[in-house]
Amino acid sequence: MNWWEYAFMQRALVGGVMVGVLTAVIGVFVVLRGMSFMGTGIAHASFGGVALGLLVGIDPVLAALAFCLAVAWGIGAVTRRGALKEDTAIGIFFAATMALGALLMGLRQGYNVDLFAYLFGSVLAISTGDLYWILGVGALVLLTVYLLYKEFVFIAFDPEGARVAGLPEPALYYLLLTLIAVTVVVALKVVGIVLVSALLVTPAAAAYRLSETVGEMIAWAVALSVTSVVVGLLLAYGLNTASGATIVLTATAFFGLTLLWGRKD
Amino acid sequence: MADPLDIPADVPAVEMREVEVRLQGRVILQDINLRIEQGSFWALLGPNGAGKTTLLRVIVGLIRPTRGTVRVFGRPPWALGPWRRAIGYVPQFHHVDLRFPVRVKDVVMMGRYGVLGLFRRPGPEDWQRVAEALERVGIAHLADRPLRALSGGERQRVFLARALVTQPRLLLLDEPTAAVDVAASQSLYDLLRQLHREGMTVVMVSHDVGVVAQFVDSVACLNRRLVAHGRPEVVLTADTLDEMYGCQAVFFHHMPGATPHMVVRPDDAEQKP
Ligand SMILES: Nc1ncnc2c1ncn2[C@@H]1O[C@H](COP(=O)(O)OP(=O)(O)O)[C@@H](O)[C@H]1O
Ligand SMILES: [Mg+2]
Repeated sequence: MNWWEYAFMQRALVGGVMVGVLTAVIGVFVVLRGMSFMGTGIAHASFGGVALGLLVGIDPVLAALAFCLAVAWGIGAVTRRGALKEDTAIGIFFAATMALGALLMGLRQGYNVDLFAYLFGSVLAISTGDLYWILGVGALVLLTVYLLYKEFVFIAFDPEGARVAGLPEPALYYLLLTLIAVTVVVALKVVGIVLVSALLVTPAAAAYRLSETVGEMIAWAVALSVTSVVVGLLLAYGLNTASGATIVLTATAFFGLTLLWGRKD
Repeated sequence: MADPLDIPADVPAVEMREVEVRLQGRVILQDINLRIEQGSFWALLGPNGAGKTTLLRVIVGLIRPTRGTVRVFGRPPWALGPWRRAIGYVPQFHHVDLRFPVRVKDVVMMGRYGVLGLFRRPGPEDWQRVAEALERVGIAHLADRPLRALSGGERQRVFLARALVTQPRLLLLDEPTAAVDVAASQSLYDLLRQLHREGMTVVMVSHDVGVVAQFVDSVACLNRRLVAHGRPEVVLTADTLDEMYGCQAVFFHHMPGATPHMVVRPDDAEQKP
């Protein structure tokens, strides 16, 4: 049988492409707003949630969503009040949720096979139900970005200018954090906790070097991300390597090419 | 020309009473009493760290004072409602990522987003206003250029156009000539004087004491407190400058009657409160 005849490969491609589009679009705002480390911090917060979910038997994805939202809003609140610098706050929350996850996993007896799937992704195990969940949540996130596009561009470019112009900048910032958290959780199945921030940052970072407007940057990021997902999946299938890791390394290779051919600044 | 905002002509553009600002527990501004009438042209002087930027941020509503009252056109700056568009703010030049992928006309359009409201996209009338603002500051030919391809002086004009695109009554500029060569500074000053002649209230943070004193009608000298304020020829005395900058201000009177020229040694000027 050829690879495209396997239902699991079809589901992996459809799910992977949807997630690739979503992470690329949100990633553009993450990169433009200088929140790459924030993306990493939020992603790792899901580890605590997944571990808790596996331990007490609630859906690990929902538990991860709760953790990601709490950490995203928490970091946002602490830094906006000026109590801590953003990278310090992220470092603290990041380590705390990882430690909590490790502690909870220690309490759980037996194998941690499913945890490994959450850490590094299990795109080949995506179910039809997962696809509907990705489609529904992803559509909601993209619709929000579409409706508030000009506002998100403004707060990424010049948050203070946005406030002076009369935009509800704090609310938009928390909404952006929410969209990042939701995107991270949706992407978990495909690339896993450890690698999701790469899917958020790498295509957008490559696109940054190729674009003159945010619209162009979104187009490039989506194109690079989707290509990375498809090429990465096929390579993983052909070479029998880990799919999430192969996708991320493919995206990184594209980023390397933009270093050679993108604008030089 | 201006939209009918129905701002009364007799209310001061800015009024501050007993204003104190603390940031993270530190007193940054203290005992600020200031009244800026509509139609006046003010220069705000002071050494680095004096609180000039903070004062402007209070006026535009980015910071709420810990004590005292601030009124802009008689209203609190955080409750201006539709009068928010009557304020134009040109921040210090390095406040954004200068490589951000955005075209000049789109930066200027951002100034109208508050007027447009959430969700709505700009229409032909908004683009008309953007074109007028770019024309006004003399960079209409740069409308489609990426922001990062511009020189310091051109970039400063983009942010000035953004501030002007809502046709404000009060224009606040934070060191508008800091990243700009002498010729570009001069033409920027000419433009500000022209706007002032047309009735705009202008408040500008500057270090060009000598140059600025030649055309503003009032100066405010700040060093955490208002050291002095009033007409330049009255305020800009050796004593005031000494109090504002500490003992390191060297004050040259080149010729009798001419505006004095002043030099401040940069590191000594850091008079941290
Ligand atoms: N967000 C902030 N938090 C704490 N301190 C601040 C903040 N912004 C400015 N400051 C401090 O307030 C003082 C005045 O700053 P600023 O208003 O930028 O001065 P100026 O514009 O006159 O150079 C400086 O000592 C600065 O370190
Ligand atoms: Mg300043």
